[in-house]
Amino acid sequence: MFHWLEQRPFFFAVAVFLTVAFAGIIEVIPDFAKQSKPIVGTKPYSILELTGRHVYIKDSCNACHSQLIRPFKSETDRYGMYSLSGEYAYDRPFLWGSKRTGPDLWRVGNYRTTDWHENHMWDPKSVVPGSIMPAYKHHFTNIADVDTAYAEAYTVKAVFNTPYDQPDMPKLGTYEEAKAMALEEAKVIAAGMKNQDVKDAVARGEIPEIVALIAYLNSLK
Amino acid sequence: MQNGAKIEYDYSVAKAFTFATILFGIIGMVIGVVLAFQLAFPELNYLAGEYGTFSRLRPLHTNGVAFGFTLSGIFATWYYVGQRVLKVSLKESPFLMGVAKLHFALYFITILLAVVTLFMGITTSKEYAELEWPLDLLVVVWWVLWGVSIFGLIGIRRERTLYISVWYYIASFLAVAMLYLFNNMAVPTALVSGYGSILHSVSMYAGTNDALVQWWYGHNAVGFVFTVPIIAMIYYFLPKESAQNVYSYKLSILAFWGLLFVYLWAGGHHLIYSTVPDWMQTMGSVMSIVLILPSWGSAINMLLTMKGEWNQLQTNPLIKFMILASTFYMLSTIEGPIQSIKSVNAIAHFTDWIPGHVHDGVLGWVVFMIMAALFHMAPRMYGREIYSKSLMETQFWLQTTAIVLYFTSMWIAGITQGMMWRAYDEYGSLVYSFIDTVTVLQPYYTIRAVGGLLYLIGFFMFAYNMYKTATAGRVLDKEPVNASPMAA
Repeated sequence: MFHWLEQRPFFFAVAVFLTVAFAGIIEVIPDFAKQSKPIVGTKPYSILELTGRHVYIKDSCNACHSQLIRPFKSETDRYGMYSLSGEYAYDRPFLWGSKRTGPDLWRVGNYRTTDWHENHMWDPKSVVPGSIMPAYKHHFTNIADVDTAYAEAYTVKAVFNTPYDQPDMPKLGTYEEAKAMALEEAKVIAAGMKNQDVKDAVARGEIPEIVALIAYLNSLK
Repeated sequence: MQNGAKIEYDYSVAKAFTFATILFGIIGMVIGVVLAFQLAFPELNYLAGEYGTFSRLRPLHTNGVAFGFTLSGIFATWYYVGQRVLKVSLKESPFLMGVAKLHFALYFITILLAVVTLFMGITTSKEYAELEWPLDLLVVVWWVLWGVSIFGLIGIRRERTLYISVWYYIASFLAVAMLYLFNNMAVPTALVSGYGSILHSVSMYAGTNDALVQWWYGHNAVGFVFTVPIIAMIYYFLPKESAQNVYSYKLSILAFWGLLFVYLWAGGHHLIYSTVPDWMQTMGSVMSIVLILPSWGSAINMLLTMKGEWNQLQTNPLIKFMILASTFYMLSTIEGPIQSIKSVNAIAHFTDWIPGHVHDGVLGWVVFMIMAALFHMAPRMYGREIYSKSLMETQFWLQTTAIVLYFTSMWIAGITQGMMWRAYDEYGSLVYSFIDTVTVLQPYYTIRAVGGLLYLIGFFMFAYNMYKTATAGRVLDKEPVNASPMAA
């Protein structure tokens, strides 16, 4: 049979494809219906949080930080309750990471504050002596891209029925409304910060990346 | 052309991809060495402002070596091996020649655009699938062109039976096509909403499903870029260089079909103790163990091909490169399954043992095999003798030392960190804060960085040797049949 196949490229290629595809059909597809259901209390990200999530992705924070707490005592003691599938229902993409050069961040909002993050992102060693994480000072001057976050929220609502604008869920509204809400949230974060340039920018109606990033990190609970 | 007449093979595209292999190899490995030193000496994060941090550079390294260096090497060898085992020249079909050249041009442009966009922080964040949707579309175009080239050449072949290497190239083409398409499914947000960056897209899958698809892809991108096409190479170049027949045809069949069937299941081992269903994690773990069989099948088939001819290791450094590659393939494919055992994975996951494993595989197996293949091709492509055998010997020992430094330090680092994370004192409290488990790694990070640097120096030796071969090697009056000629 094999020798026969090796002389017939078409059937050979079909056989290869079926052999390779088999595992995916059995393993991946049946899981879809079940795993994408959110658990009670899980909400989509607000526009500002989503903006911060994009900052997190832009600088590949996930290269060094995981967002997945495994069900071991040593992990729940360190990071909090182990992860549940439904908690990730609105995470597109997932940000579990594959390497913990730094600690897990899935529930970092439970034990770090705006003030801590501000100090840490400006100079990690000032709050964690011995840290090998680089400072991210450019987050304090770069202006975040709220428009793209709105575009993403609009898209997931339209295409995947993510429950924005539903009772007890974050509001999306129109582009102008979303921008205004993001700025209001940003003002609350900036009020808890001490960097004058950041405060000035928010007062002008601009949102520096650090503000959005902190909003996102605070939302991880 | 009459049957039996000598076929004039065309190596123009193979040469272009050989150049790309060396260029992207240098770029990808230089960035890798910078990353390694940044972990040991964090001040190095500030060399290029926001564009020079570890986090911004890491996707550049992985994409540079996987899709720049390795894919170039795969394409270079395809455009060399394909013609020869199918007994047909690219010259015979102006259409396929055009396809091949377009394939190279679009590929090269894509990789350059990838470098630019990743520097800018434009990334989807999914590992080894970081490129945003317009680049993904470009990738699809040249991947299809490669397919046209493979099946086009097969269509006009003179040799009826497909040689083993061709099986592996076909498998690589089909599997990566399927994996890449499914994993990169995304909706461009600007097209739907009319706002924001045109380059941004949102994944079709959410959370656990996204993770599942990503690691089904991620693990098998490793399989079908770092394994399958590299096996294609060794099945051609080792028998050719050593003038030996492949040891066993039956073992080739077992290893090939076994690998294809089992490999895809093993993706689940990246998700052990995550929120994907238990049976999938167990399946990933079990199938990873089963994967030892077809992996070692190929490797043993290669080692036994040298049966009774081990003296060639002393006389021909190219044989040495390939045997070492095969040996590292065995090491790596026993290490991976060990890490996939649930209780081992509990310690190994998220630690430096994982990059350690990846690197003994890629540095020892992938890069060694690609370099050996290009060395073998050089005298045939350029009609010249290899420039320096002694340089090749030096490179071999330098890089072998480098790999040993790399993986031993990462093994120790990974297991140290994994054990420290879970250490409890007698009162039931965690012994170490997280930062303790970071600072302890500094010496190992330094050793790893030195290992990486030595390897990079070896790669520069390779690049220099190839350059001199192409430009200054002694001109050969006829094509060598087996062992590649080389000047002392």
